[in-house]
Amino acid sequence: MPSLAEIFAVFFKIGMFTFGGGGVMIAWIQDELVRKKKWLKDEDFLYFYAIAQCTPGIIAINVATMVGYTLRKKAGAIVSTIAVILPSIMVILLIASLLPDITTNVTIMHAFNGIRASVVAIITNVAVNMLINNVKDWRGRSIFALAFLLLIIFAISPVTTVIFGCAAGISAQKIPVGKKEKI
Amino acid sequence: MIYWQLFYEFLTIGLVAIGGGLVTIPFLADLSEKFGWFSLDELTDIIAISEITPGTIGINVATFAGFKTGGIIGGIIATLGLALPAFIILLFFSNFILRYKSNPTFQSILFGIRPAAIALILYAGLVIAKLSLTEWKTQLLSLILLILSFIIKKSPIFYIAISAIAGIIFEM
Repeated sequence: MPSLAEIFAVFFKIGMFTFGGGGVMIAWIQDELVRKKKWLKDEDFLYFYAIAQCTPGIIAINVATMVGYTLRKKAGAIVSTIAVILPSIMVILLIASLLPDITTNVTIMHAFNGIRASVVAIITNVAVNMLINNVKDWRGRSIFALAFLLLIIFAISPVTTVIFGCAAGISAQKIPVGKKEKI
Repeated sequence: MIYWQLFYEFLTIGLVAIGGGLVTIPFLADLSEKFGWFSLDELTDIIAISEITPGTIGINVATFAGFKTGGIIGGIIATLGLALPAFIILLFFSNFILRYKSNPTFQSILFGIRPAAIALILYAGLVIAKLSLTEWKTQLLSLILLILSFIIKKSPIFYIAISAIAGIIFEM
């Protein structure tokens, strides 16, 4: 069980190095907490992500709160939430007075456009790896394919997607499969 | 009092904005019209700045808008107001999840939620690609980084650093 100081350090680092918005923060949380520190499993991480979509607020912050709670209950949740928000508050307050210089600086804008390209790659990599590692049977894969099609074709909302997942999960469990599997 | 009003307005946004940081933006545009705390032009600048600074866009925009309105304390108060409703709701949800994790119906729901959540992550990548990869240089860089990410498994900061350097060298 990690200490509060360790939780603070990890989430502060994630908050500090998230460039390009919440999607990248999701990738960071997965990389640090699931892959490196093994405080969490991919499956826990995924339902936190689903719940974060359906609750108010910033998705990545919501995931951080739930991870903190799982690790060290209320104290963990408070520490993880504050730690992940703190770097951006500090940086924004610091640069607030420099605003015009930053948006007109050509080099910074070039760097930023490059970063956008990596944001897409990072998010896609996380999604594909999770699909390979966590959704191993055809029922789960079908739910993924259907949800993705509904998103592309009808641009359904995240809340609708999660509700679809719940309904599909309940129906899928009624379909008999060859061997009994562990979920 | 301005601080109290800032806190109240951002608390309201934090309570109703379901779907993430970008959802807060139309609400902020409303704030701009309603109170004139910041102009719509300033809001556009705030969003651009938020994308190149660390953190999530929703939190950054709140900090910046609060700062414009009430200085450093305003920035902190607006951010806390935005984050508080979700925090309280999620404390309840987390407790609920830990308690019912082994319930069979809950397990079935999770069985379906997992692939749906992955679909959402992949779709988020697609939406960002459509919005931001508008020229061939960034499209190519993104493709190279994606292939690279499956071959050499490095942490996200590695790809962010490479892409920032590539962006400067190739003037993206």
